Amino acid sequence: MENVIEVRGLTKSFNGKEVLKGIDLSVKRGENVVVLGRSGEGKSVTIQCIAALLTPDSGTVKVLGQDIHSLGEEALKDLRKKMGFLFQQAALYDSMSVRENLSFPLKAVLKIKDPAEIKMRSEEVLEAVGLQDAIDKMPSELSGGQRKRMGLARTLVVNPEIILYDEPTTGLDTITSQEISHLIMDVQKRYKATAIIITHDMHCAKVTADRILIMNDGKYIAEDSYEALENSPDKLINSFFKF
Amino acid sequence: MLSSLTRSTRQFFEDTGSAIFFFRSFSRNIFRSDFYWGEFIRQCYLAGVRSLSIVLLTGFVLGFVLTLQSLPTLKQFGAESFVPDMVAISVIREIGPVITSLICAGKIASGIGAELGSMKVTEQVAAMEVSGANPIQYLAVTRILACTFMVPLLVLFSDIMSFLGGFAGINVAGEMTAVMYFNKSFANLVFSDFVPAFIKTIAFGFSIGFIGCYKGFNASRGTESVGIAANSAVVAACVSIIIIDALAVQITSLFIYN
Ligand SMILES: Nc1ncnc2c1ncn2[C@@H]1O[C@H](COP(=O)(O)OP(=O)(O)OP(=O)(O)O)[C@@H](O)[C@H]1O
Ligand SMILES: [Mg+2]
Repeated sequence: MENVIEVRGLTKSFNGKEVLKGIDLSVKRGENVVVLGRSGEGKSVTIQCIAALLTPDSGTVKVLGQDIHSLGEEALKDLRKKMGFLFQQAALYDSMSVRENLSFPLKAVLKIKDPAEIKMRSEEVLEAVGLQDAIDKMPSELSGGQRKRMGLARTLVVNPEIILYDEPTTGLDTITSQEISHLIMDVQKRYKATAIIITHDMHCAKVTADRILIMNDGKYIAEDSYEALENSPDKLINSFFKF
Repeated sequence: MLSSLTRSTRQFFEDTGSAIFFFRSFSRNIFRSDFYWGEFIRQCYLAGVRSLSIVLLTGFVLGFVLTLQSLPTLKQFGAESFVPDMVAISVIREIGPVITSLICAGKIASGIGAELGSMKVTEQVAAMEVSGANPIQYLAVTRILACTFMVPLLVLFSDIMSFLGGFAGINVAGEMTAVMYFNKSFANLVFSDFVPAFIKTIAFGFSIGFIGCYKGFNASRGTESVGIAANSAVVAACVSIIIIDALAVQITSLFIYN
């Protein structure tokens, strides 16, 4: 199967401090890869480099076979239409209502004109994240967990082929977390979506992962299935699975 | 001492460079078929609403005070009938555009700087970018053009209010009919008083919008940078208005008034 995302030798420093020290990563079509790692390891920085929100110091990132950091403006835009990005802090447009947050990418990016279709798609994703009652609220009126789910809805509303989830279940109660984990699986099955999922939630990792990567000191130190890593003799790796 | 001088010089050139870069991406995004008309109109409305009342008030006071202040002096020379004329010329050529634009810099540039700065800090700009929408086109182009369009309009309103203020001032001191005042005000106004002033206000409006957006988009991380963005937007916009005005006076006096 083809590699949808291919990262080679990625490094990135901030103010002289090397955060990423040579990341290699390939993700196949339809695969869910979970990334575990301690706080501040550079997990968010990695996916921001993959989405070309940050420019790496060295290394290459290929998405759908294209080197994302050397694309022109229009080509980059076209490629990004196929990608979804869930921000760790949701990043909702706070001057727009929930409804407008969802219709903005449909109108401005996918150029959908038909209001009935926009309405249908918005309501569909809101229902999937359990926020159908909040459609006319402003982001400032939502709770932390609702914001997170709203961010997820906005990411999914455009049906992206590739989704980068930055901690999709952090700050949610157990039941909602489980629902979100299953939603991620649903999206994978229904749309054949490819995903990188950063999480600290081991239940989410267990449910969603086809493969798990563990990040330590700016590199991936282990890569395997949940079961294999859970029974790893390595103490550091093992410690992620004791909870 | 020397090192801080070289540092600030370097900072200046870096700033200029990134402002030029920002201008380039702005100008690339103006002439596109998918212009966001709705957002442009909303920004025009916001810019107008944010500053209309204070602009009207200042305009009125300006005309009023200018009239009352110049009356006694001109009276000494028996020239008090020139007051409306003098007030009209100075308001339309110079004081109206500059004062109104400085107020707009305080209200609009700071508003834009804070709004876009907080969008930058909370990753909303990144979210827009990564979704494939164009934040420069949606956020910056609409706001910059809205300012370019609205500031001249606000200056026009302010000029009208100054005119009324002047009329009120004259009538506080003595008495003059509205028709008389009107005739005297416009007696010596010519077309070449309006045109350079009007062009100047367009440039003021553009620089208010541009600097607000530039500072907002270049806010760094953390909430305190929102305040810094708003604050430095006001300062830079005021400075640029004064510089543009000085240049404009030079240019107009070269071509028109001699
Ligand atoms: N834009 C930036 N400018 C400067 N430093 C940054 C920037 N982004 C991230 N960093 C630094 O890079 C390091 C890694 O950050 P990152 O957000 O990737 O961590 P993380 O692995 O996602 O942690 P968490 O699990 O807490 O979200 C941190 O030390 C952070 O301070
Ligand atoms: Mg993170």
